[in-house]
Amino acid sequence: MARHIPWILIAIVGAVSLSVVAVSRGEAVNALWIVVAAVSSFLVAYRYYALYIARHVMRLDPARPTPAIRRADGMDYVATDRTVLFGHHFAAIAGAGPLVGPVLAAQMGYLPGTLWIIAGVVLAGAVQDFMVLFISMRRDGKSLGELIRMEMGQAAGTIALFGAFIIMVIILAVLALIVVKALAESPWGMFTVAATVPLAIFMGVYTRWIRPGRIGEVSLLGLVGLLAAIVYGQDIAQSPVWGPAFTFTPVQLCWILIGYGAVASVLPVWLLLAPRDYLSTFLKIGAIAALAVGIVIMAPPLKMHAVTQFVHGGGPVWSGGLFPFLFITIACGAVSGFHALIASGTTPKLIASEGHAPIIGYGAMLMEAFVAIMALVGASILDPGIYFTMNSPAAVIGTDAASAAAAVTAMGFPIEPGLILQTAKDVGEHSIISRAGGAPTLAVAMAEIFSHVVGGPAMKAFWYHFAILFEALFILTAVDAGTRAGRFMLQDLIGLAVPGFKDTSSPLPGIVATGLCVAAWGFFLHQGVTDPLGGVNTLWPVFGISNQMLAAIALMLGTTVLFRMKRDRYAWVTMVPTAWLLICTVSAGWLKLFSADPAIGFLAHAAKFSEAAARGEVLSPAKSMAEMEQIVFNDRIDAALCAIFLAVVLSLLFFTIRTCIAARRADRPTAQEIPAVVAAE
Amino acid sequence: MRRLFLRLRQIARAMVGAPDYDAYLRHMQEHHPGAPPLSEAQLFRERQEARYGGKNGGKCC
Repeated sequence: MARHIPWILIAIVGAVSLSVVAVSRGEAVNALWIVVAAVSSFLVAYRYYALYIARHVMRLDPARPTPAIRRADGMDYVATDRTVLFGHHFAAIAGAGPLVGPVLAAQMGYLPGTLWIIAGVVLAGAVQDFMVLFISMRRDGKSLGELIRMEMGQAAGTIALFGAFIIMVIILAVLALIVVKALAESPWGMFTVAATVPLAIFMGVYTRWIRPGRIGEVSLLGLVGLLAAIVYGQDIAQSPVWGPAFTFTPVQLCWILIGYGAVASVLPVWLLLAPRDYLSTFLKIGAIAALAVGIVIMAPPLKMHAVTQFVHGGGPVWSGGLFPFLFITIACGAVSGFHALIASGTTPKLIASEGHAPIIGYGAMLMEAFVAIMALVGASILDPGIYFTMNSPAAVIGTDAASAAAAVTAMGFPIEPGLILQTAKDVGEHSIISRAGGAPTLAVAMAEIFSHVVGGPAMKAFWYHFAILFEALFILTAVDAGTRAGRFMLQDLIGLAVPGFKDTSSPLPGIVATGLCVAAWGFFLHQGVTDPLGGVNTLWPVFGISNQMLAAIALMLGTTVLFRMKRDRYAWVTMVPTAWLLICTVSAGWLKLFSADPAIGFLAHAAKFSEAAARGEVLSPAKSMAEMEQIVFNDRIDAALCAIFLAVVLSLLFFTIRTCIAARRADRPTAQEIPAVVAAE
Repeated sequence: MRRLFLRLRQIARAMVGAPDYDAYLRHMQEHHPGAPPLSEAQLFRERQEARYGGKNGGKCC
């Protein structure tokens, strides 16, 4: 009993903090209450729920050799220290998603997002990562697609691989869109990001030829270069010659990114991708740690309302009501299907003991949720007027400070035009109006927090561009790495029909697959950039649906494996989150397809515009007949995409049910694990 | 202090998938005593290609 007492105290602290966050109205709540509520919930969940899953559901056996022991080769399979592997795994799962989703979710107030991040990660997100790691670890570290094929059959595996490819395309498009939104018309930001290309090439040459493998020293050199780029970026932006040279419209940036993606993904990895990954990984971990310290030191009050009127729908940042759209908007911070690919990637090949799986699988995801909580806090300490000015599309609030202030005040968030202009001036930008996508909002918040701790108001512009650079840097790394991964997925898929296409060593299939991959995400990026509603509004929900559906697929795999292990009585651990994710994603997908409200349903929106076009009418925000046709075409593509996602997830649900029924009929376990006796040999 | 620094260095290198050369040498000695091991630079290049070549599923969102 005595050993439970500290945990009971932590639980009480968490419950008190959570009730302060939940019931306070009127007076400002301090952000630390959210942080304390989250941290204590996570600690208790880890101590009780993760260990319950480990002991009873999975029955982890520290004596059973892991792939790193069984197949040790000194390269891919290496038994790795627990803390070191935690760092490796966390760095692999942490990306832009948990930073952007919660910022967008803040349009409904801080309370719904906080509650869903805490509940979602404990019951769904961390369970998913942990479960996939467990399944892969018992099968020589096989990948998600192979695991689905092993446990649910060939057809299910192929459908899942196809789904994962489309999801990859959407992720790359939406990430690139965030970069476009952050760098458009911002010469300072554009210069610093552009400067990372020659800087990374220098680092690549250094680690390849001058001092091979010296990552630490080359990263320090790179960091010095980055800071210099941020400092001199201000002079560049103000220069009459260089300022305009680094100022691009969103459409120009879209084409620059597409060209960049095509070239970068065929360069040797050591030249650009690897060195930039060093920089972006260390910068990301450093920035996250600094943000945590900054929030604790500053202890800022929350200025966003706990709940805004937009819970019922009609919000300017993204359309739709709280259910189901909040649960797909906070994509990665609570549950992320993409983690299933990481948990069945390098991590299961490195884990030294089954006993380490809870802290790596479940623990690292709790850490990711903590990052999401910090992003939500960041968005919520800003004046709500600033938040809605930055995140509403120009079609709703106009493009100058006076119109934006009037429109946002009319929403119920009073703001003076002067404050909008002053905020832009503080962070060294021409304008902060309609800078959707989450990254700029978070950058303003980080500038607020960092300048409070270091440098005061004079440093705000520096910190803003530091934050933009850190987000853009790891997004560009993800675009480059994702295009390469997408190329191999596509070669695998086309290889099913044309066997010669699978040959990854011959250049032609590689070039064709890379080209197709870039064209696919480039298409959605261009659509998002030219979307009069700002793009994020359209693309982020599609991304959210696809990512959460991949999570549902991973949890269905977990359920199947539990049934096949004859542990049906514990299968609720994965069935409950699967059911919730299916309810959210299928209803969100359905609404996106068939809702009669043109702000939500793609088909209703297409019908509205095509009917108007048939009458010869041009509806705002289109400005010509050609734009009208473009909108209708985009809507239909997006609708088709939603239909594909629904078909993928529902067919995998069918395979899951079929496999589970067969497993129940069998009189012994049928899971394809490597048996303990074989593993021990 | 020095141990803490070495540990942080090890974690930081693992975050970007850089190999631990000592662990590799130990493995080669235990399992393939006759075979000549790769040099540190060779192993680094081999691991870099394996991590970033794209067959590992890329980065997370």
